[in-house]
Amino acid sequence: MDTNTQRLLHTFSALADLGQEIAAAGDFDEMLRTSFHLLLGSLAIRRGAVAEYEREPGSVRFVATRGLGESLSGPLALSTDHAQRLSSLGSSISLADAGKEAQRFLEDHKDAFASVEIDLVLPLVVREELIGLVLLGEKATGEKFTDEDLEVLSALSRHIGVGIRSHRLLDEIGHKADENLRLYEGLRAIYKETVRAFAAAIDIKDRYTQGHSVRVGKYSEIIAREMGWPDEEVEGITIAGYLHDIGKLIVDLSVLNSPGRFNAKEQKEMNRHPYAGYEILSPISHPYADIPLMARYHHERMDGNGYPDGLKGDQIPPGAKIVTLADSFDAMTTDRPYRKKLPLEDVLADFRVNTGTQFDPEVVCAFCRAFLKEIEGSKERRLLNLLNRNYSNMERLSPMLSQMLSEFDGGGDTRAASAAGN
Amino acid sequence: MSDTTGESSVQARSVGDAAIIYASDYLNKLSGERIERECKRQLESGHRTLIINFRDTEIVNSIGVSILVGVIDAAEKSTARLIFSDVNNHTAELFQMLGLTRHVSLVSSEDEALSLISEAQP
Ligand SMILES: [Fe+2]
Repeated sequence: MDTNTQRLLHTFSALADLGQEIAAAGDFDEMLRTSFHLLLGSLAIRRGAVAEYEREPGSVRFVATRGLGESLSGPLALSTDHAQRLSSLGSSISLADAGKEAQRFLEDHKDAFASVEIDLVLPLVVREELIGLVLLGEKATGEKFTDEDLEVLSALSRHIGVGIRSHRLLDEIGHKADENLRLYEGLRAIYKETVRAFAAAIDIKDRYTQGHSVRVGKYSEIIAREMGWPDEEVEGITIAGYLHDIGKLIVDLSVLNSPGRFNAKEQKEMNRHPYAGYEILSPISHPYADIPLMARYHHERMDGNGYPDGLKGDQIPPGAKIVTLADSFDAMTTDRPYRKKLPLEDVLADFRVNTGTQFDPEVVCAFCRAFLKEIEGSKERRLLNLLNRNYSNMERLSPMLSQMLSEFDGGGDTRAASAAGN
Repeated sequence: MSDTTGESSVQARSVGDAAIIYASDYLNKLSGERIERECKRQLESGHRTLIINFRDTEIVNSIGVSILVGVIDAAEKSTARLIFSDVNNHTAELFQMLGLTRHVSLVSSEDEALSLISEAQP
């Protein structure tokens, strides 16, 4: 695995773990300590502190510190104008600002910090309100913080801010469930954004499939919604789509980018990616169920001739079946090194021939239904927009889609007929 | 031959003025703080070298890294030597990337760690 990939994975799992930690209704002190470890450990930062801001009397109180010695026990004054400036910087703080704030903070509290070096100060701001501060010292590498580092730290800090704030809410008014729920939804959004950035990294490694992971996520979402899945599971499968090829991060780069079809040895290397993906995703705590399994099984086939496990029919999780179809659809509708994208008629013909053997009829039907609705204009154009300018005159596909729907709707029988026909 | 010391389940033993501490799978949770406390205790009791053995540690997450950075700090403060043994490849790469290897020697076994110490003090 190359260094960038590893860095990405390490910070990504810190974020996933932190999200889980904040959302779990555990002991506040333990939540804070764990979160702070995750923040420092994401970049191996040697010292730092989390402080809670108290408007009255205008001070910050340290709630977690590492490597700062005993000197930082009592609360430190924070003037109203400084607090205001910090909250206006919000979560979109720049590296220069974070450094400047650190300087100012150190100067204001020379005695307290004595010999301690603080390089960055990040304000914890939730809903424009200053919740607290994160103070950070140097990294174990001794190198300067980068913009990328700051992005990671900001995302992690936002989680800690939400954690502190929702604890306060609970303290103040017993319960304010709605408010908390909205905050947690915000965290999920951060997680999703991170995963999307991650998917882009997967696609960058494989230069022939740019944008593939993100599109597979979106196609999967469209199909699952058409199948009537609840919102939460639809979100889960979108994430699974983004991450389904994550195992490619450890597949030999020369194989990944070899022009032309794979030889047997290259194919074997390539076929490692579903299981490798499962291994990468398993130790990470995701806010959605079964993400690792969907990566593992996205090359299984209904007839059991897929890989890596050769599962058959209902042994394959429904989510994996959706990702399989979405994956094939995107593969066929984009240019590949060994062939140009196929005409949509050919794509549908391929689906039709392989329904029951490779694809699940139910999934194929949901796909056809969603496609048809968009062509007829009874549904927002999402699939069509993803296909973009590549194709035109989709109306001609309607009869084909309708026919497939009448053939495959109803499941079982057609499966047998199709298998017999091959 | 091994005297097991320390709080509840952190395993540690002394060899001369070195202490060997077993990271196990505590490292990746808040329970990792136990390892840090155990290391500090060993330093306070006069050990000049800490060897942390990772033989039962499959992966190290961010919590684990934070704990280890704390141990590095403690060792540097008491000018003790810190050695990690039995670190798997993946974890070794992570330590390298995050800069931990600038402060710690990595060796493949406890024996190698012990011979490293005896080389240093002829
Ligand atoms: Fe794949």
